[in-house]
Amino acid sequence: MIALIGLITLTLVAVAAIATVMATNLFVASMWFGIFSLLMASNFFILDAADVALTEAAVGAGVSTVLFMGALALTGEKEAIRSRVSWFPMAVLGVLALALFVATFQQPMLGDPMAPVHQHVAPWYLEQTPKLINIPNVVTAILASFRGYDTLGEVIVIFTAGIGVLSVLSFKPKGRQSVSSEALAAKVRGVQHHSILRVVGKLVIPLLMLFALVVQFHGKYTPGGGFSAGALFAAAVMLYGILEGADRSAKAMPEKVMLRLAVFGATLYTSVGLVCMLLGGAFLDYNVLWPDPVVGQYFGILLVEFGVGLTVTTVLVMVFNAFANRPTY
Amino acid sequence: MMGTIFDWLSGLLLVAGGFFVLVGGVGVIRMPDLYTRIHAASVTETLGTMLILTGLMLHSGWELATFKLLAILVFLLFTGPVSSYALGNTALLGGLKPELGEQDPPKEGRES
Repeated sequence: MIALIGLITLTLVAVAAIATVMATNLFVASMWFGIFSLLMASNFFILDAADVALTEAAVGAGVSTVLFMGALALTGEKEAIRSRVSWFPMAVLGVLALALFVATFQQPMLGDPMAPVHQHVAPWYLEQTPKLINIPNVVTAILASFRGYDTLGEVIVIFTAGIGVLSVLSFKPKGRQSVSSEALAAKVRGVQHHSILRVVGKLVIPLLMLFALVVQFHGKYTPGGGFSAGALFAAAVMLYGILEGADRSAKAMPEKVMLRLAVFGATLYTSVGLVCMLLGGAFLDYNVLWPDPVVGQYFGILLVEFGVGLTVTTVLVMVFNAFANRPTY
Repeated sequence: MMGTIFDWLSGLLLVAGGFFVLVGGVGVIRMPDLYTRIHAASVTETLGTMLILTGLMLHSGWELATFKLLAILVFLLFTGPVSSYALGNTALLGGLKPELGEQDPPKEGRES
């Protein structure tokens, strides 16, 4: 039964992917992309990867669709018509697709216990997590503790990406005036004239934030953690910005504060590692944070996930604001 | 005994919900323009999901899952019609005229 559902969703994924490529209207394409992400999220859920599914649904279907909209508002929604078919990239892609297709036959079957992925380090993680860290969600244990270095790297990547997007979008063409201050003013106003949207949106925002907090701080027991919680929290702030306009959004979450929080989140993660070193352990070795190593792990994961959540939230919101508030030239 | 009644009832609700989802899907394909399509889709959105979720609630019994389903139902009842409204309103503001039948001349000040 579950295989049948998986087959249907995977087919729909393929349909959505083809539709994304075929759509000439970029607005339509980004909508298809959102559908694609939602289908992928349900696929991840079928594979029992609830943490990934949550993040994919929040980031792929939610935040990135909004960011695409923001980018389209700056560029325009028609794809440039290309009459010439470029054969070389086509051939490369064809060969690559064929190689991947052939490679799928060499893959172990889904759920095969003898598959290399289940033989390597996974049994160790599953065995040791209850002893060393004592939390039910092994994914959080791996993400924040066993493989804490990787996660630190991811946070720094997100932080750097945010800085990159901000510096690109704050670029101002020399000697050119923004095309229409009217359009910018409309953006600043948001959808304040839609009473229904505002009322219902305001009902949704606190629930969304509450859910984000649950995902953030309950991530040791249920699916979730800093990344998905950050995306959800950012979605709530973006929704507020869309409903109430950029003015009030900037008043609620000033740019300066967000920039500092983004830096603080990444610094918090690193400094937890440094404190561990000062207390005589290795970098990000939470055992030394508390006399009882299990409690130490608990605090370490809590702090690190908090840092991740802060950075992800603020970077996503800042990128959204940068798109939404940029005048067109 | 109670269990079988609930099973039958939930089965009935699920089938009815499935029927309305199907009707909504057919409507989206068959209807002539955006506004009527939104109308058809909202059948799926409200009636279909309501029936299916109520059926699932009866199926799950008195458990935590029931309250989760109830929360989903309330959330969908709030957001579904609003998103339909937003879609229709944006289309109207964007200049998309509703298709009107020939026998039915457009009345002044009529809401679409």
